[in-house]
Amino acid sequence: MKQKDEGKNRKNRGYKALLLLVACSFFLLFFMVLSIIVGAAKIPFSTVVDAFWHFDKENIKHLMVIDLRLPRVISAVVVGAALAVSGAVMQGMTRNPLADSGLMGLNSGAALALAICLAYIDKVTYSQIILSAFIGAGAGALAVYGISSLVPGGNKPMKLVLSGAAVSTFLVAVSQAIAIGNKMSQNLNFWTMGSVTGNSWNQLKAAVPVIGAGILIAVLLSGRISILSMGEEVALGLGVRLNFVKTVGTIVVVLLAGTSVALAGTITFVGMLIPHFARYLIGPDYRLIIPLSAVLGALLLVVADIGAKTLSAPSEIPLGALISLLGVPVFLYFARRQKGEL
Amino acid sequence: MKKGIRTENIKAAYGEKVIIEELSISIPMGQITTIIGPNGCGKSTFLKTLGRILGIKKGYIYLDGEEIHRLPTRELAKKLAILPQAPQAPDGLTVEELVSYGRFPYQKGLGRLTGEDKEIVSWAIEATGLKGLEEQATSDLSGGQRQRVWIAMALAQETEVILLDEPTTYLDMAYQLEILELLEDLNKVHGCTILMVLHDLNLASKFADHMIAFREGRVIKAGTPGEVMNKETLKEVFQIDAAIVTDPVSARPICMSYQLLNKEKNRSKVKKGA
Repeated sequence: MKQKDEGKNRKNRGYKALLLLVACSFFLLFFMVLSIIVGAAKIPFSTVVDAFWHFDKENIKHLMVIDLRLPRVISAVVVGAALAVSGAVMQGMTRNPLADSGLMGLNSGAALALAICLAYIDKVTYSQIILSAFIGAGAGALAVYGISSLVPGGNKPMKLVLSGAAVSTFLVAVSQAIAIGNKMSQNLNFWTMGSVTGNSWNQLKAAVPVIGAGILIAVLLSGRISILSMGEEVALGLGVRLNFVKTVGTIVVVLLAGTSVALAGTITFVGMLIPHFARYLIGPDYRLIIPLSAVLGALLLVVADIGAKTLSAPSEIPLGALISLLGVPVFLYFARRQKGEL
Repeated sequence: MKKGIRTENIKAAYGEKVIIEELSISIPMGQITTIIGPNGCGKSTFLKTLGRILGIKKGYIYLDGEEIHRLPTRELAKKLAILPQAPQAPDGLTVEELVSYGRFPYQKGLGRLTGEDKEIVSWAIEATGLKGLEEQATSDLSGGQRQRVWIAMALAQETEVILLDEPTTYLDMAYQLEILELLEDLNKVHGCTILMVLHDLNLASKFADHMIAFREGRVIKAGTPGEVMNKETLKEVFQIDAAIVTDPVSARPICMSYQLLNKEKNRSKVKKGA
């Protein structure tokens, strides 16, 4: 019955997606403002408005709004969007319902590259950090897919997840060893739990254009990704340049995952969760799934970050841990539902 | 410019495993050609190389005198459609959505459907007898209907040639006939050249203007059903001793019954094993 209803709504799918995009953007804006208001010290809404329109650099609360809370909430927005879109692109290209940059080793690869960069390079610039995160994300993915390809049937979704878990655990251990060995242990949570605290405008200046470009390319590619989700042979038959789409798609995934790790550490499950939810809302067309995933991913991270700073105030719950709390049951649900094919 | 599909000394392989060593053959235009042969004989591989789903290691494939690997893949997709075996649509995709993907080779930019695209999509849906089901999710359809949706997608590509890899797999007898009759209509009414791999010899004979029999990557025999569906060819291709009669309805040769040629050998194997 449910699918028949979806069918009837098909003509409206485009409008429905637009409506959802607008509604979610509205919610996103609301929670972004809320996220600036709440925190260790509550800042009244009027002060937030003041900080934007009549910024006074002597006013400590204005400084908090502009230099701490605004970059933090923008980080949550771009990281959420980046992770969700990278997950959507991976799911569409590989037809793997469990694809996620965290589960497939990209995030932990990027984190290790970051640890090496911070520990062994003097006066590292933020662009170098992001660049190393790309290399790390690519190497992490290569390791996971490489190990899987050695096993017969290794490209099945669940085998990839297992291989991803093994590689990630190893990479995280190495990152932690480097962090401890170089007395960077105050950042230890960052590698395993993820967080958007303490991001500065400088970091955002380097990261936001990359993520923006990545999402834009993903949107331009989305029609081809829809066709690819019907299988490679069908896509080839329709004249899709498979190698081109896969190469560009992989670059987009690495850019998005790497940059989000550089901003927020390793956060898993957003990339798996959000595209499924978007698909549930508007159907299997990636031209709609990808933009909606971007907004929904941003929304999830902003809301989760509000939770991270308020649930056990004044101390903070790691953002990644909160998301995993939500992600694990959903992961188990999908893993069980598709057990025959995994 | 010479019309039709022609291959010249093509070699096809999966990695190190060579499936087709050297093959030169022509496929007549405007006809239905069926390919038969035992499992692993290279018939699907051959179809995939024609549809450039699989690259060739050597040789040339020409479509209307042009080498297909020199054509931009989208241009080729306007001339030749290929349906792989048992394609899978994502959950929830509707008939109309799936068929409209057939317009991809003609689209620019983000891929909005033009008025012309929409007309062709609804024509393809009507030609395959799916009118009224446009809004249905393909996952809710019967196997036969679903296969017709894929054929409609290929039709929406507006190509002169359609290649199909076992379009009747997993379908029961009535549905098999339904699909093949649809393809016959497309050939007769719209002049589509159809080339397909079929497992069922009798259906292959019944619907073909031209037949090709494969074995171990080589063409054993190509010609009319009468020339291919005979005792000698089937013996060489399938290692069977076939009893061929003429179908009273279609007047085509059909294989009524058959025995394994090396039955004695198999028996002695079983004995030795025991």
